[in-house]
Amino acid sequence: MAELKTGARLKSAVCDGEVMIVLAPAGDLEETCGGAAMVAAGSAVEKGQVDPDHAVGIRIGKRYVNEDGTLEVLCVKNGDGGVAVNGVPLLQKDTKKLPKTD
Amino acid sequence: MNIMMLLEMTSATFPDRTAFTDGSSGRSYTYSQLFEAAATRAGSMAASGARRVGMLDVSSLATPLTLFASAWAGVPYAPLNYRLTDPEIEALLERIKPAYLVTSDEREPAMSVHKDVITSATTHFLTDAQHSARITGEWSMDPEEIAVLLFTSGTTGAPKAAVLRHKHLVSYILSSVEFASADEAEAALVCVPPYHIAGIAAILSSVYSGRHVVQLPNFTAETWIDLARKHEITTAFVVPTMLARVVDALEGQKTAGMPHLASLSYGGGKMPLSIIERAMRLFPDTDFTNAYGLTETSSTIAVLGPDDHRAAAGSDSDSIRQRLVSVGKALPGVEIEIRDDEGMLVAAGERGEIYVRGEQVSGEYEGRGSVTNSEGWFPTRDAGRMDEEGYLFLEGRADDVIVRGGENISPGEIEDVLLDHAAVRDAAVVGIPDEQWGEGIAAAVVFKPGQSAPIEELQTWIKDRMRSSRVPQVIRICDELPYNETGKLLRRVVKQTF
Repeated sequence: MAELKTGARLKSAVCDGEVMIVLAPAGDLEETCGGAAMVAAGSAVEKGQVDPDHAVGIRIGKRYVNEDGTLEVLCVKNGDGGVAVNGVPLLQKDTKKLPKTD
Repeated sequence: MNIMMLLEMTSATFPDRTAFTDGSSGRSYTYSQLFEAAATRAGSMAASGARRVGMLDVSSLATPLTLFASAWAGVPYAPLNYRLTDPEIEALLERIKPAYLVTSDEREPAMSVHKDVITSATTHFLTDAQHSARITGEWSMDPEEIAVLLFTSGTTGAPKAAVLRHKHLVSYILSSVEFASADEAEAALVCVPPYHIAGIAAILSSVYSGRHVVQLPNFTAETWIDLARKHEITTAFVVPTMLARVVDALEGQKTAGMPHLASLSYGGGKMPLSIIERAMRLFPDTDFTNAYGLTETSSTIAVLGPDDHRAAAGSDSDSIRQRLVSVGKALPGVEIEIRDDEGMLVAAGERGEIYVRGEQVSGEYEGRGSVTNSEGWFPTRDAGRMDEEGYLFLEGRADDVIVRGGENISPGEIEDVLLDHAAVRDAAVVGIPDEQWGEGIAAAVVFKPGQSAPIEELQTWIKDRMRSSRVPQVIRICDELPYNETGKLLRRVVKQTF
């Protein structure tokens, strides 16, 4: 359990997946990927196994949110595990068509 | 958060895709080459001990390389306007020292004599063998770190350095660009200079979408048209003045002959109705987008999209046709309001100052802190009005900066030079509507008793001392300038005399 800081980069302890925190509520939360707690990117970790119940995978460039939209992460590296917070899987954010700005 | 992460993601996804092509040299970087080159240049920057990374050159492959490498090294990137006079550049260099400065081969010898400025000539900077050591370690993910410092033209003389942190730029990109959304055949033609926020936004947007950028360092309508055809450009951004030139150069032709150009966006100044209407006839199959934004808001905050353009152009109603000169509606994640001098909201359609709020809005200047209010609203100093459907119309600057061809010009700096002339007692410079430049420059001059000078002499006087864009196209001689009771010049009144 730890405070999720906006802008922080986390990596999976069981697959290649990495995410960046785009938005997070205050308070301690447990962010998991593939069923195991995610760790700060760059830290050494002994790779475990992806929990088959949390194996939907994350795709680079996709954003994942909790139900009430208070937490959002951006996948920055593909992974086989699915992301969850306090055991509740995050959902892939609907990609609205963005207006062209350039 | 770090803008380097945007490049890392695309480099991992499309390593062999062409990222940037210098339209003048023809040299290119793929995404993975750009990423690897950034690692070693970041090493050089970090080893230099610099506090800022300066850039003083036209666009080239060194532009995105310097932007990303400085982000990796954790040293703010401060591109300087290469069109400034030597004394102006010196003054800015003083403010970014100790600096690592990437500058043109021609300028490098003169710049290298400055104390606390480590120079790298562009050719040298782009030579891999000169930068052998990769930076050790990852870039910072602290969202509060400064990514970019952009010098704006202030009204009060010395330029202000707008502070854009990684969180502002990354928020802008995440809310406006879909990752890896560009097709391999897409190519953007970028002709805005490195020191303009639109130049930085174009690099970041294109990189995150995985699009190929073709750079045009020195804009002329002819080279723009040539490059657009040669590289089968699919998307381009121009300031209104550039579009006017392109439209003029294509005069007499039935269509522009650029079948690949799917979208053309413009911004950075007021677009005359006649120009956009002519452009839409020349590019009948092209989607037009008007993007409105400021340096302090990490670029675009409102857009008038292609559907709006077509609806307005095809309308019989004058009020709907007028939407062609609107800058459209606020982007998702951005709020826009119009307020009066007391900061109170005005009714739809009424003129006031444009306020903006959102994650991408910085509103901060180096050494002055943030000018956003307690609720996060940034007063843009742009005047405007918003109609009942939320379409925003610009009405010039709330202060009196003249926006000529996308370039902000302070009247005060021109007035100061006029006042240096032996025959001039008083001077007021204002912006006047100009078909080609959006705004042109006019001056009202009062001579000292018993003295005078020909108008041409005054124009030459300015031309010899400032950049040519500062020379008033109209100078009117008058007996007295209008002041209010507290001695403040009434520019509005001066403006009405032209």
